[in-house]
Amino acid sequence: MKFSHKILLLSILVLALLGSCREDEVIYIKETVPVTQPEYTSVDGFYLLNEGAMSRDLASLDYYNYSTGEYERDVYTDANPTVVMELGDVGNDIGIYGSKLYMVINCSNKVEVVDKRSVKRIGQIDIPNCRYIKFHQGYAYVSSYVGPVVLEGDNSDDEDVYQLGAVFKVDTTTLEIVDKCVVGRQPDELDIVDGKIYVTNSGGYSQGSKIGYENTVSVIDIETFKEEERIPVAINLLGCKCDRRGILWVSSRGDYHGTPSMLYAYDTQKRRMVKTFDVRAGNMWMDGDSLYVISKEWSYMSQGFANGTYAIINTKTLEVVNENFITDGTDARIVQPYGIAVNPITKDIYVTDGLNFVQFGFLYCFGQDGKMKWRIRAGNIPAHFAFLGDNINEQ
Amino acid sequence: MLKRIAMSLLAIVACCLCLEAQEVSSVPQIKEIDTLQYLENVIVYGRKPYAEVIPAQTLGGKKLEGLNSHSIADAIRYFSGVQVKDYGGVGGIKTIDIRSMGTNHLGVFYDGIQLGNAQNGQIDLGRFSLDNIEEISLYNGQKSEIFQPARDYGSAGTVYIKTRRPKFSGEKNNNFNVTMRTGSFGLANPSLRWEHRFSRNVSMSLNAEYTYATGQYHFRYRKKFSDGTIAWDTTAVRKNGDVQALRVEGAVFGAIEDGKWNAKFYYYDSERGIPGAIVNNVWMNSQRQWDRNFFAQGSWQKRLSEKFEMMVNAKYARDFMHYHNPDTTLMLVDNKFWQDEIYISSANKYTILPDWDVNLSVDYKWNYLNSTLTNFSYPQRHTALVALATARTWHRFKCQASLLYTMIDDRYKTIYQGQTLARHSKWMHKFTPAVFMNYQPIQRYDFYLRAFYKRIFRMPTFNDLFYTDMGNANLRPEYANQFDLGFWYQRLREDGFFTGLKFTADAYYNTITDKIIAVPSGRGQYRWTMMNIGKVRIMGVDVTARATMHLARDFNLDINLSYTYQKARDYTDPEDTGFGGTYKGQIAYIPWHSGSVVGRATWRDLDVNYSFIYVGERYSSSCNERSYHQPPWYTHDLSASYTFTLGSTKFKVAAEVNNLFNQYYDVIINYPMPGRNYKLILKFDF
Repeated sequence: MKFSHKILLLSILVLALLGSCREDEVIYIKETVPVTQPEYTSVDGFYLLNEGAMSRDLASLDYYNYSTGEYERDVYTDANPTVVMELGDVGNDIGIYGSKLYMVINCSNKVEVVDKRSVKRIGQIDIPNCRYIKFHQGYAYVSSYVGPVVLEGDNSDDEDVYQLGAVFKVDTTTLEIVDKCVVGRQPDELDIVDGKIYVTNSGGYSQGSKIGYENTVSVIDIETFKEEERIPVAINLLGCKCDRRGILWVSSRGDYHGTPSMLYAYDTQKRRMVKTFDVRAGNMWMDGDSLYVISKEWSYMSQGFANGTYAIINTKTLEVVNENFITDGTDARIVQPYGIAVNPITKDIYVTDGLNFVQFGFLYCFGQDGKMKWRIRAGNIPAHFAFLGDNINEQ
Repeated sequence: MLKRIAMSLLAIVACCLCLEAQEVSSVPQIKEIDTLQYLENVIVYGRKPYAEVIPAQTLGGKKLEGLNSHSIADAIRYFSGVQVKDYGGVGGIKTIDIRSMGTNHLGVFYDGIQLGNAQNGQIDLGRFSLDNIEEISLYNGQKSEIFQPARDYGSAGTVYIKTRRPKFSGEKNNNFNVTMRTGSFGLANPSLRWEHRFSRNVSMSLNAEYTYATGQYHFRYRKKFSDGTIAWDTTAVRKNGDVQALRVEGAVFGAIEDGKWNAKFYYYDSERGIPGAIVNNVWMNSQRQWDRNFFAQGSWQKRLSEKFEMMVNAKYARDFMHYHNPDTTLMLVDNKFWQDEIYISSANKYTILPDWDVNLSVDYKWNYLNSTLTNFSYPQRHTALVALATARTWHRFKCQASLLYTMIDDRYKTIYQGQTLARHSKWMHKFTPAVFMNYQPIQRYDFYLRAFYKRIFRMPTFNDLFYTDMGNANLRPEYANQFDLGFWYQRLREDGFFTGLKFTADAYYNTITDKIIAVPSGRGQYRWTMMNIGKVRIMGVDVTARATMHLARDFNLDINLSYTYQKARDYTDPEDTGFGGTYKGQIAYIPWHSGSVVGRATWRDLDVNYSFIYVGERYSSSCNERSYHQPPWYTHDLSASYTFTLGSTKFKVAAEVNNLFNQYYDVIINYPMPGRNYKLILKFDF
């Protein structure tokens, strides 16, 4: 072989490498998967918000359509393909009010607002480190970890720096923030009853520091939008659901060491605690007179996972009526029970499994008999539900 | 695309071999292990040391200098079987993963002694600049030379970094070097080196380097519709990637009768921004990190008799890290960590027969971690290592076997609300073996078959075990088993078109069991715990080829190719199958195909270097679905340098263009890498 041929050969190789071009990623269009028989009630379907693991920008929205029996993945990107960086990072709550669907995207510091039927984007409300959302008379109330920073202590060595949280008031027609009320540290879930907002203060960021966890529920008067009082409950509060008799159901996370997670019932009218439940409460769903509670936790004391909780509490009698609503042994397959919802008409129970949080989780459907009807892969960390339909409480 | 690259690589290798085969060589065989590589400054004393059974992949000398690399991590990308996890920019973390076994299975040795990080087990090779480096070697398994400390037997793969040894020509007793580097990202990077000869046997070097960079660069993210039109396209500036760092390093080298010694210190002080992940609505982060690393180490080695040789190593290291998050939209964090390490080792080699050596090494290591975290465990780890190894040569067959005994005692406290509730001591010990073999079937040809087996583990790090509210003190070690079978072939000639040709290929099978992974531990994403539940099986092929060519008078060309195929599959959960499942999925960030091409042309004092790196498609999770998909990336880098002498001063001017075709890509998802960037280097030696 001649010298020139060798040069030619080398040049060809180099050109082949140079000529290669990188392909762009394609946006996710909707994936529709048949799941089961269609069902016709006043509930048209439900949205399932997948949180997406932190810093992955993987929050996604799925929809289950009862009239077709089909599960639709990635309906947000399908309806809004031109939104830069998609839905965002860590979807923490979802709610429907009027014609709009609101998604609280925690680490993207925003509430994403879309049309509840077409999922077309309407706008966003910028609220830093936003957590949960509830609606009342034309306004949305959003809890956020971001409030004023407080310095406590006399000298720099002894100083404790911490940050208070806030509840933001948002006009649902203009999507403008109209007011802000400072509450305790790291406020989480909130609920509204009798003109008052109840919001749980966790203090989760101060875990291990001198001031420690928060242990109160802040009460905000809607009229004045001022914090009225703080009700002491237990450390590191999380969930907050009000039943139709004005009993506030509050869950605590405990401290993962000696103090376990618990559930508390507080009567907002009599203004006193009515009962404490020794139930590990992770996530809750209120349906009529039934409170559904699920959890599975790691314990530092036993250095292992406790058995999962799948309990139903009768909110009228204040009794645990069912310690495990899953009757066919499926609970043994659920690795990390995460989200829960109950169809307001058929009473089918939906439980999500977050698995290891770095892959697609499962959505399970159980009948009232506690037997699994079907399961399907959802997105990354499926977690928060909103039912869609006319004449139903869509929250 | 993948196939095309793979085919091209194979084609050129095949062509090189064919071309070579046509020209029958009558040049006498050269028995050097690897004369192709620049082994310029090996200090040979007494008898020739026992050669390694399986040679390393090595980058050194002018070849290393020619690569467009700022850090050691950038240079290691050119080795086969290696993946670099790069968070982007001048100050971003860069860690190395060999043959998909995970960063924690890699041992990094700096001038013969391992760099430790008991806190998280990861060595950020992005922090080690190439300014003072002479040679980098990568060994799969371990360095298969038995005369080494016990700790050298203790990793699944090892990287040896060798700093510059002073060299003096003629009567000169002082060498000075001044280097200035500048370029994109607001880089200002001056360095100074002074080498001094005290006597014929003792010399020293002192080296200081300062790095400043704003770390700002443009990045671009976009997605398209399936018909190819653009769905969205955005360009932004990477912020909070600034870094400033000072490195001071000094060493004394001595030669004694039948032996040598050295002592050195290393100091690194830096402040950097942590640019963080880019997600929807968040384009900037404000976390900061400060690091101060200091170590002092020494080594002494001597042939005490015809049959007995001894080496003693010792080290003290102290590392400080301060992490601060001032961003009020996130959890305010202000944590400080201090680590101490004391290490002492003795290696003793005895030659039973001229072709049969045994070695006994005994090491002791102590690690301590202190922190401002509340309820912290203040862990200490005592490690004793004993390695017994033997190397034997029978004609053209070489074999080495070693057995490592590891004994570990972890001591820690349970502290709650400021009270020490309990003190713990956890003790464990393990035996782990390794066998290396090399066979030359025909004496006339430099063709060698090689194989190795090694079983080793990595200890859970202090973070794995004790990180407040996340660690799991019950963790067991994570095991790596490696089987490797390969060959290498080389042809060297004094004249002709091809002056050298080398080809290596290895097939391997690795398993990782009891892999330590983070598992969600309750409600919300803030709660995790570590568990020994992972299982990974890795099948791979590493191929390297090198050809040195004499094109015309004073015109030489050196081409290196490397290619890696890896099937690294997650066997953790056999239930997790079907759509979205992880069972048998390719593990996170491991591409099936990857490779590099480096071409270096020299004409008199002009040196032109071209390099290409290809990393094929991969997923950011072992769930191999579209949400986790990452497209391939590849970069072309070009550099040229010219050396000239004025009086007694040697000047070198070099210019680099990196990512020539301005390709935007991520190595780690949502951590954008820089596009095209430039660097200018001026060096004076006098």
